[in-house]
Amino acid sequence: MNTAVNILSLGIPFSVALLIASLGEMFNQRSGVFNLGCEGIMAMGAFLGMLVPYSVGHGGPTSEIFNVLGLLLAMGVGALFGLLFALVVVTFRAPQGIAGIGLQMFGVGVAGTLFRHFIGGTQSVPGISKFPIPLLSKIPVLGPIFFSHNVLVYIAFLFVPLSWYILFRTPWGLRVRAAGTNPRAADSIGINVTRVRYQALAVGGALAGLAGAYLSLCQAKMFSDGIIAGRGFIAVALVYFGHWHPVKIMGGALLFSLAQSLQLAIQGQGIAFPYEFAVMLPYVLVIVVLAFSRESQLLGPTALGQPFNREKRI
Amino acid sequence: MQKITSLRMEHITKQFPGTLACDDITFSVGEGEILALVGENGAGKTTLMNILMGLYQSDEGRILINGEEVRFRNPNDAFSAGLGMVHQQYMLIANMTVVENIALGYKEAWSPVKLDLAKVRARIVEISEKYGLAVDPDAYIWQLSVGEQQRVELVKTLCLGARFLILDEPTSALTPQETDELIVLLKRMKSELSIIFISHKLQEVKNLCDKLLILRHGAVVFEGETADHSMGDIAALMTGHEVELPVNKEEACNGTVVLDIRNLDVQSDRGFLALDGFNLSIRCGEIVGLAGVSGNGQRELAEAINGLRKVERGEILFYGEDIANKSPHHIIESGMGYIPEERNTEGIVPAFSLKENLILKDTERDEFSAHHFLKNKAIEANATDLRVKFDIRSPNTSVAAGSLSGGNIQKVILAREISRRPKFLLAVYPIRGLDLGAAEFIHKQLLEKRREGIGILLISEELDEILDLSDRVAVIFKGKIQQVLERKDANRRTLGILMAGVHDDQTV
Amino acid sequence: MTRQFKLTYKFTIIILAILAAMGIGSIILLAIGADVTKTYLVILLEPLKSTLQISEVLLRAIPLSIIALGISVAYRSGIINIGAEGQMMMGILGTTMVALSLPTLPKIILIPLAILTGALFGGLWGFIAGVLRAKLGVSELLSTVMLNYIAAQFYTFMLRGPFLDPAEKTLGGAGTPQSMRLTKNLWLTRFIPRTRLHTGLFIALALAVLIYLLLWKTDFGYKMRASGASGRAARYGGISVGWYLVVSMVISGAFAGIAGAIEVAGVHRRALEGITAGYGFSGIVVALFGGLSPIGIIPASFFFGLLIVGSDMTQRLVGVPANMINVLQGIIILVIVSTKMILADPYLMERVWRWYQRHCKTKPEVEA
Repeated sequence: MNTAVNILSLGIPFSVALLIASLGEMFNQRSGVFNLGCEGIMAMGAFLGMLVPYSVGHGGPTSEIFNVLGLLLAMGVGALFGLLFALVVVTFRAPQGIAGIGLQMFGVGVAGTLFRHFIGGTQSVPGISKFPIPLLSKIPVLGPIFFSHNVLVYIAFLFVPLSWYILFRTPWGLRVRAAGTNPRAADSIGINVTRVRYQALAVGGALAGLAGAYLSLCQAKMFSDGIIAGRGFIAVALVYFGHWHPVKIMGGALLFSLAQSLQLAIQGQGIAFPYEFAVMLPYVLVIVVLAFSRESQLLGPTALGQPFNREKRI
Repeated sequence: MQKITSLRMEHITKQFPGTLACDDITFSVGEGEILALVGENGAGKTTLMNILMGLYQSDEGRILINGEEVRFRNPNDAFSAGLGMVHQQYMLIANMTVVENIALGYKEAWSPVKLDLAKVRARIVEISEKYGLAVDPDAYIWQLSVGEQQRVELVKTLCLGARFLILDEPTSALTPQETDELIVLLKRMKSELSIIFISHKLQEVKNLCDKLLILRHGAVVFEGETADHSMGDIAALMTGHEVELPVNKEEACNGTVVLDIRNLDVQSDRGFLALDGFNLSIRCGEIVGLAGVSGNGQRELAEAINGLRKVERGEILFYGEDIANKSPHHIIESGMGYIPEERNTEGIVPAFSLKENLILKDTERDEFSAHHFLKNKAIEANATDLRVKFDIRSPNTSVAAGSLSGGNIQKVILAREISRRPKFLLAVYPIRGLDLGAAEFIHKQLLEKRREGIGILLISEELDEILDLSDRVAVIFKGKIQQVLERKDANRRTLGILMAGVHDDQTV
Repeated sequence: MTRQFKLTYKFTIIILAILAAMGIGSIILLAIGADVTKTYLVILLEPLKSTLQISEVLLRAIPLSIIALGISVAYRSGIINIGAEGQMMMGILGTTMVALSLPTLPKIILIPLAILTGALFGGLWGFIAGVLRAKLGVSELLSTVMLNYIAAQFYTFMLRGPFLDPAEKTLGGAGTPQSMRLTKNLWLTRFIPRTRLHTGLFIALALAVLIYLLLWKTDFGYKMRASGASGRAARYGGISVGWYLVVSMVISGAFAGIAGAIEVAGVHRRALEGITAGYGFSGIVVALFGGLSPIGIIPASFFFGLLIVGSDMTQRLVGVPANMINVLQGIIILVIVSTKMILADPYLMERVWRWYQRHCKTKPEVEA
């Protein structure tokens, strides 16, 4: 019983980075662009998120403010990276897959370079502290699982209904879906497909940056080169798996994080299982999940991956 | 809202790479008028209208509404001026509902935090009642038939406040009866608004339109009253020369059956049965025309015959052998020739050169390779030869096939398929979008092959093409053959009724 | 449009692209307060200052070119292989396995056998991604990235376990995860004294010729390229596109495996961590930079060998971290794919041509 509570209460915060990043990626893909550079943006976010609290805020009551500044910086630069990607794949219409790999290398490279210059070694930050919700966190079983985390965890889960609302109940969401499904039709009715895709990529980039900052500020409380460890790519996979729907994407993110905390629990029990194979599991899981989730593109963005050119006559 | 009493385009010029799409075009439309914009494919009609709608910017020229110059930088500007266009390919988003599709353009229902669908729904009801255009606001677009989708397009345009309608080939996907209904509707709407009606079907133009504007190669060749001119005159002006497409006048032959399709079931991409107990047989030396509104299983039939789509049930006997679910390679080797619907993306590899495309199906033949090494000289010689024989207009044999015009691409495909000496030919929409010169050439080739004793299945939605060429005409509706008619019994009216899904014996 | 204009237009775009790439790189360099000009000069020129350094550049060009050749085969067949890093690790494991289990075989047999086993292991790793894409529609971009992580873990596991150097074991098992020094019979000859440059160079050149012949002179290559250029048209033409996807992925993986085998046999002479050194990712950049053809890949791999060696020196000479190479590679990919599309856009060229005529060609008309 106790172990189960432990696994679950660990699994929930583990899911946050994946959840935020894949909700961002969902907006990208709904607008017709998949951004494999998510990994790179997350690396930038992870570095920038801890840079501010590391360099100016050493403890004290003001440290939370610097944490927030770190998060905002990560989001801002993430949005900038999203716009850079938009320039390449929307304006120049470069193939999205390979361009995403380029952005990933760029992001990881820049984060690594800046990290070595500004921080150097393995330095840790106090990070964002836990905020158990009064009363609710006292409920047995449910309290520790759902209501004893840092603020970002609650916010991340609020993003799920919020992004559902934005996508399906606001004019902007309607435009995003139109641009990703039939850009020609969207264009003919006066929607600026290019602008919508730029906006969606900026939103996706900001969320990827936030997800990265979560990893360095809340989860690891430090930065290292391999900190993202493929989570950006897993986030992209989760969007396919979740059929571009926020709730299903949340399900996918929880599936992955629970697998991870389960694996940690098994290791904690001292069961003889090679460490390397345990680390491999989430990556194997991605492949299995992708292999068995039939793409139902009819529901989702049918123009995913296709650049739009108004003047190109078929 | 102010009425549009006159609309004028002056000296419109638009250059695309390699073509002058619009060359100094001037015309005007008055209040309550219907102007027919007529011309062959590629004459510049759609480009001109896209300029009017703000989708393209003209290089030169100006647009005047009620005598005042206007500038449309994007479709929004055109909408707010009161223009609305129904494009030839419907601009609807398949996985959204009717109300969502209309909300996309209906800005009154937008606020940053909420989309007011109730407002849109009310607007739809208002418009449908006013014009008698019934639509179900909550239906998904993919659930609707082509005719219903067109109605949604009209409602959408009117909801957005159009006081001036542009209809780009609105009848191309309709049955003759649906076309008649549309024309009645447009005549009724004429009292409210002006219309530009793009078509190359002269009968409709004569029926509906007051004025006529004929384009050829991007320039105006004629402007005048419809009533003053016969269809023959208009046709001659449109093409610039007398073109009579060849007609199959020979006796039907009674050869042996070479392709026999029995009880065929095939699924569509969306998972329903696109072909449902389909039966058809074709003899050698005859052309069977398969008529029908597109989307009734034609594409799936062509793909199933060529091994490109899985057959759920039934058989396809080709010279006695069941080729259902055989590999495309096997079917090609057993003598099937196929002119596909999507000539630019399926019929050729656009990035490959002309000569490479001509050996797409034959790289393994001894003629073109030895011990897996390609014989470049033979490939070049083959291309040089076919380029002359099939009148393919290209600078040389090494240009990318994708850079050729539609007609020349179709000739490349035809050259490859015919030079392989097929035992059967399946041609899908072979002249769609081609100018009459290329169409004539392709029809002559098909008739020539028929004379040589090859069986041909011709899938088309142009009834003229079918009636010109076929020995027998089969009509497809919802994946089934409605009826097979001898040429002498087939005419536009009977075919139209069958295409709409009504059996001949229950004719109203 | 004149021929001269077209040439000038394309040339200008390429120059602008190079400037853009260097510009973005400069922003990052300025952010860490580095001397921009000096850094670029160090990266581009320092490695050419001695025979030893040049040999080091060539040494890195060997795996780069082999991997890039493999990636270009896959890319041309319509499948993007991001998994060369993992395939290379698997190749290293294959080679190491052969060398450890058959150390007494004569050189003439052991070297080919070990390299072929490396190719087999790498090819198998590529095969997985190929089949996943062809049969189950799994995006190769994602599956190959995942297979990289899986291979990296498996690699560490093998080096810590079955392949661990017995000498390290005696240290209590906490030693460096690496294999013992492999038999001399596996070693490739170092043909320039006092350098590490080995005969793998000639293998790389031979493979380049092989790929050229395969892709452009055989019906096999024709079908692969057709599958990649337009899968739909290839299927229509009776080519089994799925099969060629798998085959091209196997070839691609096998080449990465060969690169791994040659690195072990030529440079390190044992399996240890970090051999792959990001070659699998740099290989993608080299393949793109070389225009996806062997003729371009050979010089491109030399250029990137130069960048890699140069970036290693910047830390010492100008205080710029070696991670700068990743930054440059990322920028180069983004700039190449953009530039390709800009050059291929006839509408843009048309617009520029008209602008040029209006603004620069008015004079002659006035005179006339």
